[in-house]
Amino acid sequence: MDSAAHETPASGAGRETMNVVIVGHVDHGKSTLVGRLLADTGVLGDGKLEKVQETCRQQGKVFEYAFLLDALEEEQGQGITIDAARVFFRTDLRDYIIIDAPGHIEFLKNMVTGAARAEAAILLIDANEGVRENSRRHGYLLSMLGIRQVIVAVNKIDLVGYDQAVFERIVSEYRAFLAEVDIHPQCFIPVSSREGDFVAARGQNLGWFDGPTILAAMDSLGKKPQTAKLPLRMPVQDVYKFNERGDDRRIIAGRVEAGELRPGDEVLFSPSNKSATIESIEVFSAATPEVIGAGRAAGITLSEQIYVTRGEIMSHVSAPPSVSTKLRANLFWLGRQAMAPGKKYKLKLATMESEVVIDEIHRVLDASELGSRIDKDRVDRHDVADLVLRTRRPIAVDAVADIEATGRFVIVDGYDIAGGGIIREVIDDNQGERRQQSRDRNLAWVGGDVSADQRAEVFGHPASMVMLTGAAGAGKHAVARALERLLCGDRHGAYLLDGKNVHLAAGHASAADRDEQLRNFGEVAHILLDAGLIVISTTNAIQLSSHAGIVTQIAPFEMFITHLGDDPPEDADRVFAAGADPEATAKEIAADLSARGRLRPPA
Amino acid sequence: MAYLDELEDQAVYILREAYRHFRSLCMLWSVGKDSTVMLWLTRKAFFGHVPFPLVHIDTSYKIPAMIEYRDRLAREWGLTMVVGQNRKALADGMNHTRGRMICCGALKTDALRHTLDGSWPRMRMDADGVYREEKNGAPYTGVIVGARADEEGSRSKERYFSPRDKNSDWDIAEQPPELWNQFKTDFAPGTHVRIHPILDWTEINIWEYIEREKVPITDLYFGNAEGKRYRSLGCDPCTGMIDSTASNPAEIIVDLRRTNVPERAGRAQDKEDPYALEKLRREGYM
Repeated sequence: MDSAAHETPASGAGRETMNVVIVGHVDHGKSTLVGRLLADTGVLGDGKLEKVQETCRQQGKVFEYAFLLDALEEEQGQGITIDAARVFFRTDLRDYIIIDAPGHIEFLKNMVTGAARAEAAILLIDANEGVRENSRRHGYLLSMLGIRQVIVAVNKIDLVGYDQAVFERIVSEYRAFLAEVDIHPQCFIPVSSREGDFVAARGQNLGWFDGPTILAAMDSLGKKPQTAKLPLRMPVQDVYKFNERGDDRRIIAGRVEAGELRPGDEVLFSPSNKSATIESIEVFSAATPEVIGAGRAAGITLSEQIYVTRGEIMSHVSAPPSVSTKLRANLFWLGRQAMAPGKKYKLKLATMESEVVIDEIHRVLDASELGSRIDKDRVDRHDVADLVLRTRRPIAVDAVADIEATGRFVIVDGYDIAGGGIIREVIDDNQGERRQQSRDRNLAWVGGDVSADQRAEVFGHPASMVMLTGAAGAGKHAVARALERLLCGDRHGAYLLDGKNVHLAAGHASAADRDEQLRNFGEVAHILLDAGLIVISTTNAIQLSSHAGIVTQIAPFEMFITHLGDDPPEDADRVFAAGADPEATAKEIAADLSARGRLRPPA
Repeated sequence: MAYLDELEDQAVYILREAYRHFRSLCMLWSVGKDSTVMLWLTRKAFFGHVPFPLVHIDTSYKIPAMIEYRDRLAREWGLTMVVGQNRKALADGMNHTRGRMICCGALKTDALRHTLDGSWPRMRMDADGVYREEKNGAPYTGVIVGARADEEGSRSKERYFSPRDKNSDWDIAEQPPELWNQFKTDFAPGTHVRIHPILDWTEINIWEYIEREKVPITDLYFGNAEGKRYRSLGCDPCTGMIDSTASNPAEIIVDLRRTNVPERAGRAQDKEDPYALEKLRREGYM
């Protein structure tokens, strides 16, 4: 193994690079292992090891390999480039970046940050201390972070006299724990970082062990399997039009997270259910590729000018993601404030953001003691929970077992990311059928040549729906009329849609067939929104107790909800007292729409 | 997938996130190799365009060829160039003989802080390539910086999106987690976020990319007639050259693979204080 780093390195550009994170309980010997890896692979450069050993002798300290890291940190940029968090070294096979993740629980967020960048992990356990709290917690987090390649190093085996029984006991205990969190390590290796046994070389002390060294085990790890065979998922990151720079391309940008795309592909955007054909792949200063595969940043143009926004997921028409507002998830929480029911958070999944609340907590676990279930109704810092989340808007997702990148999310509390989670199951929120109908309708829709963007330019604002909710007699209708007057007076394109008119116009549905009436209402609203208008309506006009179905039908157009009176629905944007002054209320709603960029800015 | 492609794609993703989330966004361009690679990556991310201003802090002691190169590229690529300077300190005769940390503090840190928050006038290049004064500019809430984790210890603790408080201070211990390409894009009024698209790149990666993409880099990095070149660019009085005849990126890569000398060895301010860069960073210097 010595030869690996001494030879003149080949050009790095063609070599494979792998990120490996080292995790484990505090003081279980991470720095010593890294120091030993560097020393034994010869990355250190001539005389470095001897120099540090000499310094220790002078200071009367016992030399430790961990000192190498400190010494190197002081003299930075040794060609091997070492720093507190990342160590670079290489074998014949590939280049490695070792991410040293903190073992102390206070730094769990740093451990998560480091480990999330890794493709594989070395989990370190002190043979003397055995499986400890953070050995378990880190195992659980690795599992949730999607790291499946794990090497377990049972370190300080010299301290227990190289005892095979101790090793076997730890292996059996830890293997059982990791299996519960669906981690099946590549191998367990008894190691003495201090003496050098089974780090880079086998050494003389562990004759009973016939497995690989740490270094050999690392070289046996595979790169992450390509996700090209999976269905296409490209979350829309942004839509660019650099008109003012003389560029009239309309480019949809995003990273292909799974599958691959080609010009000519028929693609669907979820949850809006708009479809189009990929016209071209756009690049700067490079040959245009014929296909873009998983992991690559992409830019495409479409053959039809459809209205697409950030957060939607582009797939092939034949294999779209799920759409729902309810997700069964496993979540870890790092925020100082507990995650509590009733409180609104922001959920970020791929490029999508949505307001989210806890729908139901199934159980909260102490991640360091998997079996231990805690009976509580909130998720505290460092807890792991199995729960159901409910998003305010329908979102496009996959179960993490199907597609990783569109099956995991973070939760933002205030200004900071406070938790992360994986989606175990997309739960039907009773809107599945209506959503499918809308998807079918949109796929078959015959559009003109005028895009939603063009309409927004004509009207000076995008289309949106304003729904007034509240009990009978709360004054919804008066506010709706006032709002239509106000908006049209300001030369906006607004229209008051009364449910009775829909019934008069499309009167096939019998009075008894409420579902069909509602569906008709949603379809008419959708046409008016497609025409670019701000559509105003009231729930009493359509005799509606819940507006969820309409929200589904009119997507991707957004509904803004203003409630009058007590008991507002959870997704209300604004709440006013029952009988509030119609003119003043309408003005406030208009100001709110304006602040959200839904109205033309005042001249 | 080649590793340089991975690095490029990650940088492009970060740049697009920054552009999407920060209304008042700028990129620091020192005209050195790292931030020029970052500028090239920006053109990759936005299909040939650079849709935000580039801020350059001019200490007035920069190597003159750097300024010529900056303005030439700005015109060729249609860049929105914004230049900031500590006029008061310069009028007062500030220079490195008063102490390098003091000089850096005044001409870099202070100038940067006040240029970013808009409290000092900025010079903005107009359509004709002439710099004109811009007063009362809005503070930048997103600042894209070409820091690399391998440059020195403190930079390895950075996130891709790294919050700075009202005083531009960096609280290393209290950084939020960053995972699955979800970044800190929400921030309190008065604070701002530093964005690091090339955090994972090493010095060698930078040169490999320059070679592959043929990024037009200033030729100060290449060996001159006396067999000397700059490895790192800064102010003329405080930046030394190294002995090297490397005349193109490929030769520089060969050079770097042989060396044991740190990248910033030619930067005198680091020698004055081993924690120089970390201190400058905490105080807001890029």
